[in-house]
Amino acid sequence: MTLTQNIHEYLAAFDDIPGTRVFTAQRARKGYWLNQFAMSLMKAENRERFKADERAYLDEWAMSEAAKLAVLARDYNAMIDEGGNVYFLSKLFSTDGKSFQFAAGSMTGMTQEEYAQMMINGGRSPEGVRSIKGNY
Amino acid sequence: MAKITAGLTSSHIPALGAAMQTGTSGNDYWGPVFEGYKWAKEWIAKPENMPDVVILVYNDHASAFDMNIIPTFAIGCAESFKSADEGWGPRPVPDVIGHPDLAWHIAQSLILDEFDMTIMNQMDVDHGCTVPLSMIFGEPEAWPCKVIPLPVNVVTYPPPSGNRCWMLGEAIKRAVESFPEDLNVQVWGTGGMSHQLQGPRAGLINKEFDMAFIEDLIANPERLRHMPHIEYLREAGSEGIELVMWLIMRGALGEKAKELHRFYHIPASNTALGQLVLEPA
Repeated sequence: MTLTQNIHEYLAAFDDIPGTRVFTAQRARKGYWLNQFAMSLMKAENRERFKADERAYLDEWAMSEAAKLAVLARDYNAMIDEGGNVYFLSKLFSTDGKSFQFAAGSMTGMTQEEYAQMMINGGRSPEGVRSIKGNY
Repeated sequence: MAKITAGLTSSHIPALGAAMQTGTSGNDYWGPVFEGYKWAKEWIAKPENMPDVVILVYNDHASAFDMNIIPTFAIGCAESFKSADEGWGPRPVPDVIGHPDLAWHIAQSLILDEFDMTIMNQMDVDHGCTVPLSMIFGEPEAWPCKVIPLPVNVVTYPPPSGNRCWMLGEAIKRAVESFPEDLNVQVWGTGGMSHQLQGPRAGLINKEFDMAFIEDLIANPERLRHMPHIEYLREAGSEGIELVMWLIMRGALGEKAKELHRFYHIPASNTALGQLVLEPA
């Protein structure tokens, strides 16, 4: 039998995971235009227009100033704070010719080399980063 | 009568496609991954194993679906599907050729079976769909079988529960087995295993979790059916939630499954990779 879950408890638990922002409805709503902007980069002509004048292109979208500044700075943590989702934002780093590993690594505070080496060494251990409250 | 003969799992990360495209699939980093896929490639190339149709379960990575449309379960019923431009131009792979008769039959059967499917008559398919095809079939001029893409939302929360995915798999099995034509059908579950692509915790890998997931997927799926999303998030990273899609594949094999092959590798870029070949037991 299916266990039905209480949506409030379901969502509240996500805040207990360190260094992680789950793409909830709240974030999806906040980041709507940021994500739609990123989607627009799936068209070659839009990528050209964006590269020619990033600020002017961003001003065509109803995004918050904070989201625009985060894009201009390629600050992926800040973009995610503004409701961005990594799969949408992948259109931006792909436009820049960068990989998922580049984008993910840039969010950790490590250098690209350190991050790549951590992955080769088996990745980040879940030990101690599963739960803030439980500290395990 | 159509029959589900096997279930495969595969990673679908774009870096694997890039490795093929740039001719680096034999280097020190990617070589072991492509070597690990050799067994499945040889197995499927045998005529008795080559499917007529693959039902390919994957998640669209904000390619066909933007923030405007977020179907939990969709099914591709078109004649063919083009490779999506995800920001670096479309992956240079053949069009994915559908099987509209079987796809519509499954869609109708699933809806009568109380699964409210979204029917896609036009859809571009992204790396989630095409990278597994490349990994299993290599780089042919045309894909050697028909493919029914079945995208699942695992991006915007909540994704479907593991149990719902399992039940969808069971319903797919019933639908396939009521299709009158003799067809060899495989179900592929893609994505995973543990990985996190965002935030300061990016790079998370949990081998212990992944191993237990593989074991239980084969022999004790009951535990996985009831594993809550928070456990995937904590243990397997925010993108590890893709593993719920493997339960659709597993549910479609029936109660018992037999393991033919297993390959597990860390790292494939940011992820732990799991490639299984299972058949109904």
